[in-house]
Amino acid sequence: MSLLPNTATLLGKELRTEFRSRELLTTTGVFILIVLVLFSFAINPGTEEARQFAPGLLWLAILFAASLMFQSCFLREQANDTLSSLRLAVSDPFAIFLAKLGANTLFLLLTELLMLPFFAIFYNISLGAKLPVLVLVLFTGSLGIAIAGTAISAISAQARMRELLLPLLLLPLLTPVLVVSSLVTASLLDRDSIVLWKGIGFLAVFDLIFLTALWLFGEYLLEE
Amino acid sequence: MRKVSFEIAPGECVVLAGRNGSGKTTLLRIAAQIVKPTAGKLSFPGAVAQPSENGRPGYVAHTTMVYDELTAEENLVLFGKLQNVEQPAKRAEELLREVGLYERRDSLVRTFSRGMRQRIAIARALIHRPSVLLFDEPATGLDPLGISWLANSLREVNRSGCTVVMSLHGESEISALATRALRLDAGAVVADTKTGASLRAILTFGGA
Repeated sequence: MSLLPNTATLLGKELRTEFRSRELLTTTGVFILIVLVLFSFAINPGTEEARQFAPGLLWLAILFAASLMFQSCFLREQANDTLSSLRLAVSDPFAIFLAKLGANTLFLLLTELLMLPFFAIFYNISLGAKLPVLVLVLFTGSLGIAIAGTAISAISAQARMRELLLPLLLLPLLTPVLVVSSLVTASLLDRDSIVLWKGIGFLAVFDLIFLTALWLFGEYLLEE
Repeated sequence: MRKVSFEIAPGECVVLAGRNGSGKTTLLRIAAQIVKPTAGKLSFPGAVAQPSENGRPGYVAHTTMVYDELTAEENLVLFGKLQNVEQPAKRAEELLREVGLYERRDSLVRTFSRGMRQRIAIARALIHRPSVLLFDEPATGLDPLGISWLANSLREVNRSGCTVVMSLHGESEISALATRALRLDAGAVVADTKTGASLRAILTFGGA
């Protein structure tokens, strides 16, 4: 079984190349920050309206930032045909997906955690005791986005109209995750602060189903 | 590809010749198991010489197939680890010395010249000590000195028992290593020879 050692090696490579260039983290971080700042001017912070809209805006910013991340996820492997050398080297192609997925989730979560203080300030939301559950929601939601995004990225990287194809395939696929993530976040940040465990459970099941599908059919997505 | 059926004996140095679009690259990519054939069979009997090897051929393409954002050493260690090479760091050092890049082991590949990129590409393909080396137009972009170095390296690799299959355009110092030549045309093998004069004719006629 070389799946886990290969995944760890590839994840190390993903992290090393990203922390060397800081390309994805800078792009996604700046993007989320701009969206949050712009909307904080449009909506008066501290009002009930801001409290209602803020979770949706947060997930919208995360979605678009993630789309930027997925655009280059497999595309960067094409410059030197490194995807071919990876497929030649690994015995289980799922390791390539797992490493990409791990890196995407990690980068997405890192960006979100860095943006949370700004989110709390701009929309006058006290995170305090809600933070552990909010991090859980962010994790399950981001994992769902990353699983679907990584798979679609592998498909679109080999297509001719890749810039159009990625959002076209990704957005409908992610609608359930985004709706549930926004609902759970909204109820959590509400004055009464209710934890919708059913929603979190839905996100976990979504992640599990998509991860299983990726494990079963991922190999075909990497074929030329 | 169509009507492609041949066997290559261990230790042979085979040149695939043919015009652009004749199917040389496709054939090599199928042999490297990067592209799955829609029909037919590909097998490597006896290719696994040592239990530590995964039996896959080494493949050098037009591109380097290594990461520009990693150093030469990091790239080799990465591919060594992925292919379960014992002591990948030691093997990487050995190969870096062999291809003359040891002094530049800590440099990012994106800072390398064309010739140096070709060297790191060869080192990557050899990291798991393959029994078969597939090489797609090895001389592309190399100066005469680089071609000489490459010819010597391939000779050494072939002498060590590794079967070499490469696509070439025309005669060169590298084509002199060939013990056999196959000429492809429109995806089919139209000539297969091992004798000197015919071999030369295939190589010269096979150019674009």
